[in-house]
Formats: sequence, structure tokens, C-alpha cells
Amino acid sequence: MKDAKRSAARPVPLDIDAIIDDPGTRIIVCCGAGGVGKTTTAAALGLRAAERGRCAVVLTVDPARRLAQSMGLTELDNTPRLVSRHEGGGQLYAMMLDMKRTFDEIIEAHADPERARQILSNPFYQSLSSSFSGTQEYMAMEKLGQLRRSDEWDLIVVDTPPSRSALDFLDAPERLGRFLDGRFIRLLTAPAKAGGRSAFKLLNAGFGLVAGAMTKLLGAQVLKDLQTFVSALDAVFGGFRQRAELTYKLLQAPGTAFVVVAAPERDAMREASYFVERLAEERMPLAGLVVNRVHDAPANGLSAARSAAAAEDLESRGEHELTAAVLRLHTGRMQLVAREHREQEHFVSAHPTVPVVQVRAMSEDVHDLAGLRQIGELLASA
Amino acid sequence: MESRDTDWDGVRLHVVTGKGGTGKTTVAAALALALASGGRKVLLVEVEGRQGIAQIFDLPPLPYEERKIAVAPSGGDVYALAIDPEEAMLDYLEMFYGMRRAGRALTKMGVVDFATTVAPGFRDVLVTGKTTEAVRRRGKNGKRVYDAVVLDAPPTGRITRFLNVTQEVAGLAKVGPIKNHSDLVSGVVKSPETAIHFVTLLEEMPVQETLDGIAELREAGLPAGGVFINMVRESQLPRAALDKAVKGGFDIAELALGLKAAGLADHADADSVAEALAGEVLEYAHRAVLEHEEREALSEAALPRYELPLLADGVDLAGLYELAESIRTQGAA
Repeated sequence: MKDAKRSAARPVPLDIDAIIDDPGTRIIVCCGAGGVGKTTTAAALGLRAAERGRCAVVLTVDPARRLAQSMGLTELDNTPRLVSRHEGGGQLYAMMLDMKRTFDEIIEAHADPERARQILSNPFYQSLSSSFSGTQEYMAMEKLGQLRRSDEWDLIVVDTPPSRSALDFLDAPERLGRFLDGRFIRLLTAPAKAGGRSAFKLLNAGFGLVAGAMTKLLGAQVLKDLQTFVSALDAVFGGFRQRAELTYKLLQAPGTAFVVVAAPERDAMREASYFVERLAEERMPLAGLVVNRVHDAPANGLSAARSAAAAEDLESRGEHELTAAVLRLHTGRMQLVAREHREQEHFVSAHPTVPVVQVRAMSEDVHDLAGLRQIGELLASA
Repeated sequence: MESRDTDWDGVRLHVVTGKGGTGKTTVAAALALALASGGRKVLLVEVEGRQGIAQIFDLPPLPYEERKIAVAPSGGDVYALAIDPEEAMLDYLEMFYGMRRAGRALTKMGVVDFATTVAPGFRDVLVTGKTTEAVRRRGKNGKRVYDAVVLDAPPTGRITRFLNVTQEVAGLAKVGPIKNHSDLVSGVVKSPETAIHFVTLLEEMPVQETLDGIAELREAGLPAGGVFINMVRESQLPRAALDKAVKGGFDIAELALGLKAAGLADHADADSVAEALAGEVLEYAHRAVLEHEEREALSEAALPRYELPLLADGVDLAGLYELAESIRTQGAA
């Protein structure tokens, strides 16, 4: 155990204050596996930045109820709300993403009123705009682009959606693009453009086969709804794609800092590794890794092995029951500390240049600004 | 095959959900092992393309094919299937329409990609459809092929939408084959043959999500099953000592005496070591109070509860069997 500690590669400390104090930092993206405290980290970063004079907005996708309340977010109204003002002109705003409203607004902005009405009332649009897969990620990125373009805040901290894969938000714009360029879309739009089914005949036998299968699979009415939807949407897609690409470029820009969030557990650290590699591939600027909920042991001078042996000794003698129990507790704690240490070490040896900060485990969840402030202090203490 | 009374006799489809980080896949795998033990045949299904089952059982990535992955205690087989929506769609077309070739053409044109993007309801119907098909499937002898199917389902936040397929598809297809298919799926999912279990930790957010998830399920008329409280730490200290610690009355002097008796500290540093250890005790005691509150909150859901121990060495294959045993002892399987 002692050896493991001594030989451990020490990671570069992550200097959070340098990032949030730099006026060039305009966007901080918090990403990582589900359940590691991304939203809390994002909120704590936003508050700390505001306290240090930035005008910050925290864009969150799905906050826990009490965390949302701690920032005064009680409704999902898709508009940043002022949370607090600070000395030196700093301000903290926060908003919760309303995915459907964000989508509706894009349609309204890009289509004439008649076409917008057609799209908004189509059952396929309703399914798409209120579903969870992909849309939420895409809309979070869209909203981020909107906030950035408005230039009302000098720092935007965004918390990525709790998706199936933590990377979905990077892929969403590209997936949309692929979807729009697909042959299938062209097949669906063809008959509507030609004013009827006749267009199917113009296509080759492969398409005919597909059209038949689609009708069988979905039924004629569904196919018709789908065609109406796709051709109506087709008209607004140009602007749509352009924006997706702009947002993607924005994420690659020097003013953006990605903060990967993890917990000292195998799955979360593995996901963090994967994320770090993926960000490098996409040439997205990585600031560093935040490891939340790290345990320490105040009595760490007493090793797990000695503690366990002493507990056994006391138990066998039938003396000092309380001490024996406390020593067992301490043994477990030291084992936990060692395990967490190992999980982090894997990451550090694979990514020795990635700056890291650890945030120690709190006995309670964060419910108010004081709690967020405390997390902020820990984040800045690397 | 042995016959024992369990809390879920008659249930053939066990859906396991939970907030991210609660160990949903681990519990699903352990439940499958527990259900299979004593000579049964159980299928463990995953639907999110994460290959979580392969990781837990330490296997190479699973293909879209039912294959045996583990032998349960006292005989019994666990099979696994990683459902890929695209393959499920081909299956569906072939099974109901004999259209394998058209299916391939659909895939090549990105129709499945399209369905995932435009109407995730379709994707969910295909995935749940494949799962319920395995539940209903009978062999040549007329008997069901699997005694039980365990579905490692999407997380708590999405579970109701995922299972409430009829509702999700209704807006899109009021009549037609997809509608019929979703009705068939819904018939299985809403029947007493299905139980939807929740995995949680004794922490505020997962407990709140669990309670919200149960309320949502009930509203949708879906059958809530049990609550699996995962990673429960064995209590090291008696309740009385913990209560005392929380109230600031922990006996540091006695602890220091014990440390000296155990030869861990001499007179000079016994007090400082005892002080540091008392700090650990206090933290532990606070945590225990919170965990107690979360337990109380969970009891409001009025569902059977099972507690699974925190495994000291993390979850490996041996740990999985340990959890399966615990599930059986508590009567969940």
C-alpha cells in the first residue's frame, strides 16, 4: 500500500481559478458519465466565477430538484434567471433547458408561418421534439450557441445531458447532418414534391421494394404523415445544419474549456478516459479532469493491515469492543481510499498530461449556494 | 427443478431500471443468475449498446444472438442477448412479413437511423418487441423456452416512456402493423407476468428518482416490482455508539485506551490517533443518519425491498455470485 502511494504518478494540478479568471474563457462544458455530479460541478463553477467578477450563466439540462431550488430555479421556462449578484459586478444566472420549446423556436425562426404550423402540428415532429434520444443533446448545443451569440454573458457553463453515451452531444449535430443527407430522406420527399406516388415509379427497383416494405411496416397513413413532415422540414433544414456546424466549431474554439467530471470508480474513470481521447480526436480543448466524491482518511497513518490485525487481536482477547469496531471501520475506509486511488492512477498513467483536481466526498448532497460555494473552493484547491 | 416460494412467482419478465451509477446492470446480471439457479433457463437482455453484460461477465462483446454466458449455482443457465435495434427490425420484418431482403434494403438506406432520429418510439417498440418475443417464445414441446427474461432497461428517467410503447406510438400510428405490434408488446409488459424493479443507493438523488419513477409507472398502469438497495455498507458500529457520536458524546478516551491495549500507539500519540479516528466515526455516523432517512423515504413506496451489500473488492465474477445468493436468500428469486 505504502509503495503504491510512493510510486504513484502525480497528476498535474488543475487550476480552476486560472480558467474562470481568464476573460478569454467564454464557455465551460462539463461532461462525463451519469451520476458523477456534473450538474453540481457546473453550478459550483458558475457561482465561483460570478463571485470572482464574471457575468456567468449556468445552462443545465436535468438538475436534481433540490439543486435546482438552491439556484432558485423552480420552473422550466427556458430563459436565464438571475440567481445572485456579487461584489465587483459579478452575476450568476441559471436556466433549465426546455428541449421542446427550443426546438419550436428554431422552427418558427426558420419557416414561414404556414409551414411552421404544418410542422408543429405533425405527429412526427411532436415525437421528435419531445423525445429523449438525440434531441436533448442537440437542443442543449443549440441553446448554448444562442446564449453565446447573444453575448449577454461573458461566461457560459453548460452541463451535458445524462445520455446513453456521454458523447451523444458531440455526435448529435453530425447525426442530424447524416440524417438530412440520407437517401431515405430524398426518397420520402420525392413523391410529395412530384405531387403524388408517381415519383416512386421513377425510382429504381430497390426503392420500390423499400417503399413497399415501408407501407407494410408503417401503414399508408403513417407514411403520408412522414412524407409531409419531411418535406415541410426539408425547407428549414439548411439554416438548421449551418447552425449545427457553427456550434460544433464554437466548441473547438480557444474560448471553450471542456471539464471532464468523474467519480473515483471504475466505470466513471473508464468513461472519463474515453472522453479525454474522444475530445482529443475532435480537437476539442480539454481543461482537465474533476474527480468528485474522493474519500480520505483522517487517521491515514494507521494502515489497513495494522488496523485489521489489531482489531482481530482485541476481538480475540474480548477487550475494548468499541476500539475494535472503530478499527474495523478504519480498515474499510483505508481500503476504500486505496481502491479509489488505484482507479485514478489508471487514468493518470494513461493520460499523464491531463490536469486533475479532486473534490472530497461530502456527507450531504448540496442544497444551497453555501454548499455550492464550498464545492467551488474545493475545485480551486488543487 | 426445485420449487420455492419467491416474491415474484409467476413473473416471467423482470425489467431492471435505476439511475446512472447505481449498478443497474450488475443487479440485472445477479438477478438473472439468481433466477436461473436450480436448473432454470434465463435470458439476460441489454438494449443500450453499451456491452455492459460482456464487461461484467468478463467476455468479449456480445453479438446479436442468444448465447449461454454463465452457469448458475446448483445448475441452470444464463443466456445473454445484446439487442441491436437494426437487427431487431430485420427480425421483425422477416418474422411477420417474410421480408428479409427488403429489410436489408431498408437498413442500407438508413431507415433505422432515421427511425431512431425521428421517432424513438419506433426504436423502443422494436427493442421491447424482441424482448417480449423471447418471453412468449415456446419450444417444440409447447413449453416456454425461457423460464424468465431479465431486461437491463434504460435508466429511471426514461423507463416509463420506454415501456409505455402503445402510448408512444399512438400519436404516430393509429392503425396498421406497428400499432398492432405495439399492442402485443404492451399486453406482455402490462400483464402480471412483468415486474419492473428499481435499483437505488441510499443517497438523496437516486432515492428521489426512484420514488418519482415508481409514481410515473403507476400512473401509466405499469407493474412496479421491487426496490433493490445496492451497495449497502455493513454497519460496523452499534447504533448506540453512532447516536452518541452524532450528539458529540463519542468516548475518545476509551478509544485511546483501546489503541494502547492493542499496541497501536504509545502514550504520546494515542490521543491524536484517537482524535483522527473519532473524526472518521463522526463522518460515518452522519452518513448512517442520512441513510436511515433515505430508507424511511423508500418505505413510502410500499414495494418489497432488498438490500445488496457493498462488495469490498468491487464487482467481479465472484462478487456477482455473492449478490445472486443474497437475492435468493431475501426471496427476490
